Amino acid sequence: MEDKKKKNRIKMREQTPQARIQNFMEVPYGYTPNEAVEEASRCLSCLRPACRNGCPVEVDIPSFIKLIKEGKFIEAAWKVKEKNALPAVCGRVCPQEIQCESLCILGKKGEPVAIGNLERFVADYEASEGEIQTPEKPKVTGRKVAIIGSGPGGLTCAADLIKSGHQVTLFEALHKPGGVLVYGIPEFRLPKTIVEREVEYIKKLGVEVVVNAVIGKLYTIDELLNGHGYDACFIATGAGLPMFLGIPGENLNGVYSANEFLTRANLMKAYLFPEYDTPVKRGKKVAVFGGGNVTIDTARVALRLGAEKVYLIYRRSEEEMPARKAEIHHAHEEGIEFMLLTNPTGFIDDGKGNICAVECSKMELGEPDESGRRRPVPIKGSKFQVEIDVGIPAIGTRSNPLLLHTVPDLKLNKKGYISAEADTGMTSKQGVFAGGDIVTGSATVILAMGAGKKAAKSINEYLKWKYWDFKR
Amino acid sequence: MFEIVKKEELSDAVTLFEIEAEDIAKKAKAGNFFILKINEQGERIPLTIADFDRDRGTITTVFQKIGKTTHHLGTLNEGGFISDVIGPLGKPAHIEDFGTVVCVGGGVGIAPVYPIAKAFKEAGNTVISIIGARTKNLIFWEDKMRAVSDDLIVTTDDGSHGRKSVVTVPLDELLRTDKSINLVIAIGPAIMMKFVCITSEKYNVKTLVSLNSIMVDGTGMCGSCRIEVGGEIKFACVDGPEFDGHKVDFDLLMARQRMYLDEEKFALQRYLESYKEKKGGK
Repeated sequence: MEDKKKKNRIKMREQTPQARIQNFMEVPYGYTPNEAVEEASRCLSCLRPACRNGCPVEVDIPSFIKLIKEGKFIEAAWKVKEKNALPAVCGRVCPQEIQCESLCILGKKGEPVAIGNLERFVADYEASEGEIQTPEKPKVTGRKVAIIGSGPGGLTCAADLIKSGHQVTLFEALHKPGGVLVYGIPEFRLPKTIVEREVEYIKKLGVEVVVNAVIGKLYTIDELLNGHGYDACFIATGAGLPMFLGIPGENLNGVYSANEFLTRANLMKAYLFPEYDTPVKRGKKVAVFGGGNVTIDTARVALRLGAEKVYLIYRRSEEEMPARKAEIHHAHEEGIEFMLLTNPTGFIDDGKGNICAVECSKMELGEPDESGRRRPVPIKGSKFQVEIDVGIPAIGTRSNPLLLHTVPDLKLNKKGYISAEADTGMTSKQGVFAGGDIVTGSATVILAMGAGKKAAKSINEYLKWKYWDFKR
Repeated sequence: MFEIVKKEELSDAVTLFEIEAEDIAKKAKAGNFFILKINEQGERIPLTIADFDRDRGTITTVFQKIGKTTHHLGTLNEGGFISDVIGPLGKPAHIEDFGTVVCVGGGVGIAPVYPIAKAFKEAGNTVISIIGARTKNLIFWEDKMRAVSDDLIVTTDDGSHGRKSVVTVPLDELLRTDKSINLVIAIGPAIMMKFVCITSEKYNVKTLVSLNSIMVDGTGMCGSCRIEVGGEIKFACVDGPEFDGHKVDFDLLMARQRMYLDEEKFALQRYLESYKEKKGGK
């Protein structure tokens, strides 16, 4: 009995698939205190814990788990927050299975400790206990930092810098802070009240949040550094330019980029239309194209908007899908139909400018390509049509040039992303740091947070000496 | 929150707001637009920056009450507030001394044409303007347009004011007789811009149009406003809104503008009914 308990983690209870596809509420319910203690007790408290090395923001995982074991939940939350300003977010959306949890020794013979679930538990517990405490105010340095973009990278960088005593302003182009956490990730995976809570915490630390500020248009980076008196800038704008498939019919009504579909649904709350003013087409038969987390999010949103049928059309096989296994599992459970080894070749017009079907080719896997995954090749004569009224390419994003075009002395790489040192976020322009998707291309929330953390560290150093040595 | 410091009813359907937005006013240029969102439930809609006053720290916009949001907007008064104002967005109009320029404004499109005509005039051009609308009470800013134009032609479809014609008739005459015209600018309903372009193409005169497709973020993030220009996908919000009209696929633009017709009708009707009830209740 004891052994079995050690082997398997405490499952988080969740809404049944039948129930949850009818609503936008969060899928898992979270641990109860008893469940959390029980799960934490599985931790072997290794002498040389490996889990920590898997965390891009270096959370002291063994210590916070030990505190949970002892029933000190608030203290555990503080322990996490020493390194991570967004624990409730990370506990929900981090790919722990390839990070901290992949290094847990228990994983060798059974399931690793559910570190993500525990992180989520302590963050939610602290919030439910009322007043969230903030650390003591640091000594004021008199330095000013501007952070462009209030997504996970910007929020993390802001939190770290404010703790060092600098004056920090976080600029957001949209009307709500949070970046991808509010426009991209759907409510049922990350409730927006949680993002608001984390943003409130950062404001409480003293960060000034300015929404509706499109940097590059309203102010340029040079104006921030010179006229506005900022000593340094951190660019964390993400890679927000949607990619389309480049096939005929892509401009028909009913074809959305995943960015648009999700922004309408999540940020603008189109699922509450007409209470909220922004509409979105509620397709009866919806196809999403791609194989990443965003593809799955999009498919699951379409389902919750009342689609009878949602197809996920991906040109490779399930094995090659970049999405998290847990998300793929959720999508299957909810009845999303996977059409694998299938590639869209054109959208069909109903004669009135609306999409009525998508034409696809069957694919087979050939030799590995530059990504190491086997390249899908069309099978001759395999074309067929699928009837749909909404089609959503979710095949990734590129670098958005809006801001970058206004900073001519900022070096970009071949793909249009900012050239920045991986360890420091330093760019070719003195005082300007960058990190997250605008440097790496589309990645994850936690990697952006890691970049924000590294940048905060090097900005801190820079503000002491104002020395600039960019080596690339 | 952004305060409405001045409201003026330009006609039954067209309203002017001067909005306090100091930083946007500092950066605004002719041809820019902005996005507003009235309140928490509101949608984001692009509106034209018809004028700006850097000293007063204000931008001026002109809108026609068409859908729910613009009707709701029209009920706000001086001293009222708009939750979100974002801008300046889009590339500014390309202004230089081209010689003789014709500026065509149709309906509410007269508003965005005004700052462009003004800028062309200041850049040394001879500016001939044509403004038109369905009927007399939809024409506004005739005096303002006259002040920045060397010549002004007013048309109405029903002949209730100015010349009884659509804007393309005098445009065709001008282009036929005045070979010194080097550029046409047209802003108005898509159908008007389409026919302006058909007209000017006959005379091979370069024509710039400002496209008003449906937008959400206005920063190139969503692709809602995508259109085809010369066979390529462009985003009106960041690549435009100004484009070479002879290359624009107007039929696609018009089809995409109709995407939410059902939802728009439904929302408007629902709003007007609830508004009537509220008013009746008082």
